[in-house]
Amino acid sequence: MAKGIKDRAAVIGMGCTKFGERYDSNLEDLMIEAIDECLEDAGIEFNDIDAFWFGTFISGMAGLAFSNRMKSHYKPVTRLENMCCTGLDSVRNACYGVASGAYDVVMAIGAEKLKDGGYSGLEVPAEDSDRTLPDLTAPSRFAFIAPAYAHKYGLDMKQMKEVMARIAWKNHKNGALNPKAQYRAEVPMENILKSPMISSPLGVMDCSGVSDGAACAIITRTEDAKKYRKDPMYVKGIQIAAGPAHSEKHQSYDFTTAFETYYAGQAAYREAGITDPRKQISMAEVHDCFTPTELIIYEDLMFSERGQGWKDAMDGFFDLDGGLPVNPDGGLKSFGHPIGASGIRMLYESWLQFHDKAGKRQLDNPKIGLAHNLGGQPYSCVVGVGIVGSELG
Amino acid sequence: MVGIIGFGAYVPYNRLKRAHIKDTFGAPVPKGEKAVANYDEDSITMGAMAALDCSAHLDSTSIDAVYFATTTAPYKEKQSAATIAGVLDTRLNIRTADFCDSLRAGSSAILAGVDAARQGLNTMVVTGECRLGYSAGSYENHFGDGAAAFLIGNKQVIAEYIDSCSIAVDFHDLWRADNERFVHSWEERFCISQGYNQFVSESVQGVLKKTGLSPADFGKIILYGITPRYQGQIAAKLGFSPSQVQDSLYNQVGNTGAASTPMMLAAALEDAKPNDYILMVSYGEGSDAVIFKVTDEISNFSPGCGLKGYIENKKVSMNYGKYLRWRELIATEPAKRPIQKRSSLPDMYRNRKKNLGFYGVCCKICGTVQFPPSRICIECRAIDQMEDYRLYGKPARVATFTVDYLAESLDPPTIVAVVDFEGGGRLICYLVDCDPDDVKVGMEVKMSFRHIFTVDSIRTYFWKAVPKL
Repeated sequence: MAKGIKDRAAVIGMGCTKFGERYDSNLEDLMIEAIDECLEDAGIEFNDIDAFWFGTFISGMAGLAFSNRMKSHYKPVTRLENMCCTGLDSVRNACYGVASGAYDVVMAIGAEKLKDGGYSGLEVPAEDSDRTLPDLTAPSRFAFIAPAYAHKYGLDMKQMKEVMARIAWKNHKNGALNPKAQYRAEVPMENILKSPMISSPLGVMDCSGVSDGAACAIITRTEDAKKYRKDPMYVKGIQIAAGPAHSEKHQSYDFTTAFETYYAGQAAYREAGITDPRKQISMAEVHDCFTPTELIIYEDLMFSERGQGWKDAMDGFFDLDGGLPVNPDGGLKSFGHPIGASGIRMLYESWLQFHDKAGKRQLDNPKIGLAHNLGGQPYSCVVGVGIVGSELG
Repeated sequence: MVGIIGFGAYVPYNRLKRAHIKDTFGAPVPKGEKAVANYDEDSITMGAMAALDCSAHLDSTSIDAVYFATTTAPYKEKQSAATIAGVLDTRLNIRTADFCDSLRAGSSAILAGVDAARQGLNTMVVTGECRLGYSAGSYENHFGDGAAAFLIGNKQVIAEYIDSCSIAVDFHDLWRADNERFVHSWEERFCISQGYNQFVSESVQGVLKKTGLSPADFGKIILYGITPRYQGQIAAKLGFSPSQVQDSLYNQVGNTGAASTPMMLAAALEDAKPNDYILMVSYGEGSDAVIFKVTDEISNFSPGCGLKGYIENKKVSMNYGKYLRWRELIATEPAKRPIQKRSSLPDMYRNRKKNLGFYGVCCKICGTVQFPPSRICIECRAIDQMEDYRLYGKPARVATFTVDYLAESLDPPTIVAVVDFEGGGRLICYLVDCDPDDVKVGMEVKMSFRHIFTVDSIRTYFWKAVPKL
């Protein structure tokens, strides 16, 4: 019977570029920037790494997009794509690489170069198909949540907008403290509320940015980790759930949840031995691609009771000084969203927080961090949930 | 007895007040409105909607032939009638044909339907039109968009075919070459005095002589006319009183070319009484004059939305700029989005029942209706236990929605709705012909066949939701 990989893989170094409109940098520049930081942090050489998991959504094909640029000799490179969940899934697979005993030292790297495309929004590769079903914009896929949530829990749309704005306000406030964030400014509530409409009721300030960036992690087996540093970060649980699109096709689904988040969360909690997430988790980086997404994540990951997430958000429970800080680094909203890199960027915040390197947003002695990475739309997605800790056990 | 056994029509939701054309160019314009096909409508989609209106209470397997008449077929080579047959969900062993290139195509198709009915075939005759006149020209004012459909057969006939007279002359007054978008014409006096007045008179006099009927015997004369003025003049000259002349729909719809007399016929049948004689007279390289006699059966006919219903359902707020944009007569800045990928024709063909007939599937094990069709049930995971389930016509409501200001569209903002069908089945789709301020969770919608996009000149058609009338 599978027991999971709790405490069997450990992160010994991490790196992350500044996210944003990196017109000065190509994919090679971004990866070098993240890898340099990561190697220095881990105190090892590039050639010490045995295998690579390279996650990118649209910025390159095959392991060659990595190996050609990084000159990784003839070492194994797996290119991984799982939509916006690419980053965290690259880490998951890299962990299995060491936990299985196949390799000693591996790297998970996520990199994305979106701003060279010249388009606004995302460019999503299309399958050959009859193409009759609407190719909806990303904001419209998530906008469905807002009226459904408001209706189910008795909020009027003005209240709902305020809840959404409160989430954006929090993430911008946090991101303003983060030198690597794409948007580093606090935004007043009234500006968020009156931002131009994108897909009702989402205004532009309810949407995350389109960014370039890269992030990476070097991972070993736990028993080897202390050879490299005294304070590694232990992987407690890391799981993904890919949905069957039941929600998209069945009227029972009411757009106030993403079942994939719930199932991935449950699997990761089981693996990590988390029984009371609201209390046990010190901080969480979640996939706030749009503000209503973050709201339903609170409930799907059991940080809040069903229908109570909006109250917790308004009460400041998820603020930097709240009971469970969510997106202390600014989240996708403020840090930016270079797709393949985002899931690893989320773990990078736990890394900094565990090592007391989070500067003005440093939390008081966090022990357990969570990363939640979602690809797709609330009614059909693939979700990764990773749980990391500063201590064994 | 052969004749019409059902009829339906379609008029697009949007109307352009002709006064807006004057606002733009300054020259005087006729009064009234013209019906304007939405950016996602063409002669096929409007024809399909008229055919569905006609067959609202019909078993589609009883249709033996589908004929489509238009001068504005979207393709030069690829049949439109077969697409409409797919939308109607007919059998595959039927006849289909397009009648094109002449303003007389509508009446020609009806006469072909009558001939087929004599052989015992039930024929759906569909006509739809979406013509363009040059900007600031008189035809831009005259032309409107719309469609009509008739089921012609030999059982339960509501308007019996009595007789007809056709005149065919190589008279060259209007034309449009195969690489052109706009209709040309010779100077008007020649067209009217040497063509229209002559051929219409000859066909009418011919059919009256054949049947021994006189103008006073007719409840209505449905007389093609490029404008009401010319229509009225020749009707009077032929001995018909103004009250007998069926309104040409010029003020509400405009001149719909090959669909013009058929749409007037649908309007006349909506008001017809048993034993009325109706004389339909078309024009184009000659003229067809066709006599129908309304039967008692008309009182048993249950219409769909009908011409009147569609004419009343309208929005008149569009301006001339929007009209130019919808017909792609001005160059607008492309959205900064990737180029749309074309539809895969093999996938389109595999999915034809879904795409045209709007079929989902229902699981025989657990009864869950699902769309699009797939082999494994979303609810119970039973494999290959699906039966075809047609979602078209099922009552449907908006479960939730958003109004998207970002999506590329010729008519922003785009309304996206989650549509739930009574009895099961859900589709996330566009909601059109609806004011964004009027969308509500729970509102009733129905499905409308639309042109989704064209890439590599492959036209992709599918369904969108519209508010239920």
